[in-house]
Amino acid sequence: MSGTTTQSGGEHQLPREHYLNATYGIRSWLLTTDHKRIALLYLASVTFFFFVGGIFATLIRIHLLTPNGLLVTPETYNKLFTMHGVAMVFFFLIPSIPAILGNFLIPIMIGAKDLAFPKINLLSWYIYIVGGCFVLYSFGTGGLDTGWTFYTPLSSIYSNSAVTPAVIGIFINGFSSILTGLNFLVTVHTMRAPGMTWFRLPLFVWAHYATSLIMILGTPVIAITLLLAGLERMFHFGFFNPAYGGDPILFQHLFWFYSHPAVYIMILPAMGVISEIIPTFVRKPIFGYSFIAASSIGIAVIGFIVWAHHMFVTGEATYAAIAFSFLSYLVAIPSAVKVFNWTSTLYKGSVSYDTPMLYALGFIGLFTIGGLTGLFLACLGLDIHLHDTYFVIAHFHYIMVGGAVMGYVGGLHFWWPKITGRLYPEFLARAAAVILFIGFNLTFFPQFVLGGLGMPRRYHNYPPEFQVLNVMSTAGASILALGYLLPMLYLTWSMRYGKIAGPNPWPATGLEWKTASPPITENFHETPEVDWEPYDFVHRPDLGLSGSKPKLPGKLSPAHGDD
Amino acid sequence: MHRTGELYGQYKTLDQQKETATLGMWIFLVTEILFFGGLFLTYAINRHEFPTAFGVGGNMLSLPLGFANTIVLIASSFTMAMSVWSAQTSNKKLVPIFLILTLVLGTVFLGVKVVEYKQKFDHHLIPGHGFDITYCSKNPAACQLEGKDLADEIKEIKEGVEAEGGVVALNAHAQLYFSLYFGMTGLHALHMIVGAGLLLWLILESRKGRFDANYNTPVENIGLYWHFVDIVWIFLFPLLYLINRHLA
Repeated sequence: MSGTTTQSGGEHQLPREHYLNATYGIRSWLLTTDHKRIALLYLASVTFFFFVGGIFATLIRIHLLTPNGLLVTPETYNKLFTMHGVAMVFFFLIPSIPAILGNFLIPIMIGAKDLAFPKINLLSWYIYIVGGCFVLYSFGTGGLDTGWTFYTPLSSIYSNSAVTPAVIGIFINGFSSILTGLNFLVTVHTMRAPGMTWFRLPLFVWAHYATSLIMILGTPVIAITLLLAGLERMFHFGFFNPAYGGDPILFQHLFWFYSHPAVYIMILPAMGVISEIIPTFVRKPIFGYSFIAASSIGIAVIGFIVWAHHMFVTGEATYAAIAFSFLSYLVAIPSAVKVFNWTSTLYKGSVSYDTPMLYALGFIGLFTIGGLTGLFLACLGLDIHLHDTYFVIAHFHYIMVGGAVMGYVGGLHFWWPKITGRLYPEFLARAAAVILFIGFNLTFFPQFVLGGLGMPRRYHNYPPEFQVLNVMSTAGASILALGYLLPMLYLTWSMRYGKIAGPNPWPATGLEWKTASPPITENFHETPEVDWEPYDFVHRPDLGLSGSKPKLPGKLSPAHGDD
Repeated sequence: MHRTGELYGQYKTLDQQKETATLGMWIFLVTEILFFGGLFLTYAINRHEFPTAFGVGGNMLSLPLGFANTIVLIASSFTMAMSVWSAQTSNKKLVPIFLILTLVLGTVFLGVKVVEYKQKFDHHLIPGHGFDITYCSKNPAACQLEGKDLADEIKEIKEGVEAEGGVVALNAHAQLYFSLYFGMTGLHALHMIVGAGLLLWLILESRKGRFDANYNTPVENIGLYWHFVDIVWIFLFPLLYLINRHLA
């Protein structure tokens, strides 16, 4: 393996040639078809939208410091939470892990030179940018006040804010998601290296396979739904307008047919990240590989038939509600399979608390809380009380922030040495992970209590007795903000000044760690052949772990004993 | 001299490249089914809700034009299939000929659609403030009603008003029908226009003799797309035009 550095001893060196220095200039980035560079384009733009959404969140939390609201008018408050939701859901959470880490890693993990359709990959980034511009235009010219859910007839008839450009932007952005999913599916099917069988795929790839299924099956439905709502707003078509006999509830059904599975677009990739991190820092094969792989597909499939649990209070048929309640409970099973398998992997492992592992452990705890409180909401009777309260807000932030974002930041740390070739400052990173965990819980745990006490969501004011908990939440949010700012700063710093990482700093078992950090544009000098089982530390002398057999530099030894 | 399929860097073999492209197209078509699926669902629910108004609306469409268009589109699917066959059997001269025929038939379809839309405009059947389902029954001189006579039309409207409980309700629900009509056929027409653009590119490429038995992936895949758009129409035609014809 020319161009890579050796595993053992001494200082590592950056490879002489890699994807970052292969070509220079702005054109080489904007016209690149290298999946790794496109991932970095996404990293920059997704981070931008995270900031936009974050600013709105900050303003919301500051406003809620006092019972009558501190900062803005009720109308502006409506716009703040709407724009926070739109920016975070459609332009940060959905593309975050798949478009950045998935884009960067899937081809390398399966031993391919690139995704199946590199030009389409670049196209999806441009589509994302165009969609993003429409949405930013909407934010800048009157804002958006419908809630991120765009319920009709508010969005299609009554709202006086800039709904049309936002709807167009999200419609356009959907095609970015569809094309990414399509690219991943085809890549996993046709581009695997010799020996990379389906059950040797890293669980990260399995998770993205399931995610891609949701992307290609769900996203077209939200596209058509928003298109219909947009036509109704622009041309007075009557699809969802009761005045013409149209049904606003139909919009909700169609919206949630995508937007519930969309939650799994956010969480499944994060689960994939966790499945990579945990065996690495436990030095043990993951427990129940095939169950975790199958549970990803299970979540994707069941995720499509639970949507109406968002609509228990719309007066839907009782028997429909019972069915959807039952199916929602059912989706807890594959989710729990993952949690139990991760914890079983920890058992008798040699656990090291490196930064990615801190995020992974945080994920398990927070996702479990988020998942279990989801069962409260899937319960028909209890949902009547909790619906549209802060309990719901807390629940989905535990999934989306405590789950998806923890997974995203953890994954970013885990693969940062691969992406940049350099290590981040470990102490600072561990401190940031702890700060993030504390800040997150302080922000959102009080909201469970607030919701239980009956504080409704989307209100710009609240009764004075709720102030203590709201102040706690705002205080937590400021700690959380610090927890996000720190990684942004030291990760940026490390791109230039971090310690050289070497090809496999952890060491981890995936194919991506067998090439240089950062990799060359073609990922591998020669197409790798896979002859080992996933997450196997024992039969991998090339990892240089003590206790395994003598290392054979540059060549993989066959897996012994488990053929 | 001609350029056949070049092997892109990310693939190992031409076979792999072809398999990948075809799988990609099939997955894309799956997303298209879901895309149209949302519309079909909206249609089905509302049709179930307002059968009379939807019947009245459906009978306002021009059956001869819709039927002619169906024939045109099926014929275009045939010529498309023939161009794929020509490419697969290395009849390089035939490929552009069949592609041009396909494009012509596709354009005829779109032209007929324009005539139909114009007619709906004249008949005050465009959703919005000017929408009036009773316009033709009140102004027979302004409307030419193909395939049925005015007495039927007036009778239908009358029955519709009775069944829906008033002319306002009938008008509203018929407008919902026409919202769906324009939404569904408009989206279909948009796909036809995209298909026409793709065909134009294929024609230019095929005239260079690029497609033969060894390399014909673009012809095959655009063919798949074209057939898909046809099939959508095969569903649209009965749903929009035919369901209530027995009343007429």
